[in-house]
Amino acid sequence: MERRQLFDEMRTSAGEVREHFRPIAEWLKETPAKRVAEKRREADLLFHRVGITFAVYGDAAGAERLIPFDTIPRILPKSEWDEIDRGLKQRIEALNRFLDDIYHGQEIIKAGVMPPEQVLGNPGFQKEMVGVDLPNRIYSSVAGIDLVRHSDGKYYVLEDNLRTPSGVSYMIENRKMMMRLFPELFERQTVLPVEHYPSMLLETLRAAAPPRTRDPVVVVLTPGQYNSAYFEHAFLAQQMGVELVEGADLFVRDNSVYMRTTSGRQRVDVIYRRIDDAFLDPKAFRKDSMLGVPDLFAAYRAGNVALANAVGTGVADDKSTYPYVPEMIRFYLKQEPILQNVPTWMCRNPKDLAHVLENLATLVVKEVQGSGGYGMLVGPTASKSEITSFRKLLKAKPENYIAQPTLALSTCPTFVKRGVAPRHVDLRPYVLSGKEVKLVPGGLTRVALKEGSLVVNSSQGGGTKDTWVVE
Amino acid sequence: MLSRVADRIFWMSRQMERAENMARILGVASNMVLFGTKETREQNLLAPLTITDSAERYFETRKLVTFDALMEFLALDPQNSSSIYSCLKWARENAHAVRWQITSEMWETLNTTWIDMKRVRRADLVGAGATKFFDWVKDRSHLFRGVTYGTILRGEAFNFSRLGTFLERADNTARILDVKYHVLLPSVQDVGGALDYYQWTALLRSVSAYETYRSLYRDQIFPIKVAQLLILERRMPRSLAACFEQITQAMERIEGQDRAAKRLAGELNARLTHADIAEIFQDGLHEYLTECIADMHELGGRIQRAYLGTA
Repeated sequence: MERRQLFDEMRTSAGEVREHFRPIAEWLKETPAKRVAEKRREADLLFHRVGITFAVYGDAAGAERLIPFDTIPRILPKSEWDEIDRGLKQRIEALNRFLDDIYHGQEIIKAGVMPPEQVLGNPGFQKEMVGVDLPNRIYSSVAGIDLVRHSDGKYYVLEDNLRTPSGVSYMIENRKMMMRLFPELFERQTVLPVEHYPSMLLETLRAAAPPRTRDPVVVVLTPGQYNSAYFEHAFLAQQMGVELVEGADLFVRDNSVYMRTTSGRQRVDVIYRRIDDAFLDPKAFRKDSMLGVPDLFAAYRAGNVALANAVGTGVADDKSTYPYVPEMIRFYLKQEPILQNVPTWMCRNPKDLAHVLENLATLVVKEVQGSGGYGMLVGPTASKSEITSFRKLLKAKPENYIAQPTLALSTCPTFVKRGVAPRHVDLRPYVLSGKEVKLVPGGLTRVALKEGSLVVNSSQGGGTKDTWVVE
Repeated sequence: MLSRVADRIFWMSRQMERAENMARILGVASNMVLFGTKETREQNLLAPLTITDSAERYFETRKLVTFDALMEFLALDPQNSSSIYSCLKWARENAHAVRWQITSEMWETLNTTWIDMKRVRRADLVGAGATKFFDWVKDRSHLFRGVTYGTILRGEAFNFSRLGTFLERADNTARILDVKYHVLLPSVQDVGGALDYYQWTALLRSVSAYETYRSLYRDQIFPIKVAQLLILERRMPRSLAACFEQITQAMERIEGQDRAAKRLAGELNARLTHADIAEIFQDGLHEYLTECIADMHELGGRIQRAYLGTA
């Protein structure tokens, strides 16, 4: 992966507008800037009124912010999407096989494809899950896979999110907003729909139910209204027509889970939980958890309730496991990976560490357990003192870090103060694994609004765009 | 429905209704300070504190009752849990917690109200600004009720929302009548006599009953008829009888099984149906209203225990 000229989603290197972007380019040319600015203000107002906000950790208590929404869509031709679709399905299938394997026969270790300490010594590995059989053997019912497009025009997988990936509500709300603000754009192109995601999610969750249940009761478990992703929890529960519960709404009797209602207790079969493993059950995991349900894990092990995602998926989306995913695909599916990984140095290997320390100024260094853009170093934009302090961290605990080349994320035209300018984007499609593996055509496009910035996380000042797959 | 959710919906509606009532009470006070002697002015200023049971807290930090200080405390004070500011804040907070169980229109109404409330400054509420603010609060409450009525599924959420609204309203009507009656009636002998026109019309207006009074009785304003209208007149939407009709209906429709709360609501409704205003006056209006307020408090407690869980 060498650095070449940046890949722009709208224009070729010769400056010509790509075919699938032509209607938007024309629209941008013929629409007065004033009208677009008005529409953008309208969008802000609507998002605020509807309450689509994002709580930012570390901000003043309960502060809610809007994630900036950019009104120029990111567009993919269907042919490109089809390849992504196949690649993601393949990847998730392998990851689910991997999770089933390491909690049962551990063939991948026996075969010498992965070192035992990488799996068994991983903080995401839950010993309690060994030998637990899940319906359909699905561990990650809902996955969010982060893709980036490099200057070679190819998509690479940057990160697998197999625990509680968020953002899908923005994918749907962004589409609704675009259709409301610019209906005329949808007449110019056939944009494939994404709004049926909640019904696909419900189908997926019902497929995870314990086999004995005929008409499973599904709930969404949230840490509560002050969680940063609360809007999404509420949104999904409402769209699926299921209850949104907090830990205190649930209790366990005789190894079964119930919720407290105005007409007494009601049995619960599937919990789409949006809280981490550690907080699920104060009796099984963290004792200080106020968010969980005592004895929930016992009910789960007894097979009386399903959790989606399963307990223990963290071992598979950890950044130190990531480099092995292509090998998993070869090992379990006997196929070549369709989507490539970004080359990764694992600092736990002395040779890799030496290379990383020598090249800190050009690399991106990430904590293996980190997420949300916290705890990472972007070499080319970091200050000298940041690099020095990271060097110390790396030497002290090399196994905590991986490093990757600084990717030349593709750019997409975006509204900025001075008009329209290219900004870096990534793409997170959501993969649902139930009776079969499914995706809606699209995902969440995140955009780094600061010029030159490569960090797209909403917690770090990133925005979002509607993502169009067009025929 | 989850008990926690029912609890939030119940309080969301109560708080919105409370904000509206507070605006009504303050609206009358702002009007009344323009009339009367120094003494009646002071009484009129004290009335909002008595009605809302917050005189003690008020005097913890303040000595004098002026309209400005009253506004600050009852309209804008974030520390006062029954100020309009706090009511709108908590109505929105409760809606936020259950926004998936209410319609998006309901949520948007409360959220927008709160966003606008946060922008209100002390300086906006001087003179005509105060009246404008009260009208705005009433409008938002009307809008919320209308939006609720027009959009929500007739199920548990609707039932608990109605319970919250009408229990709060009944309580408020009883309190307003009780306090104002006390203030306005120089002596018991005056019952039946024509009294200070402005004071009484203000009381009627505070519960949107002035035009109703005129069209129903086509007469001068007599205290006993005011009481009849606000307590027993079922066609008058802020009367105790009308509120209890709604409360009993909502209680009957609640799916959960419970005897204590449903029975008490039925009893109170029956009492209002068969009451006679002359008898109420004979036994003492104040005593009657005091008992009503206590009974409603008990009903609120029973609803809380039967359906709304631990909160």
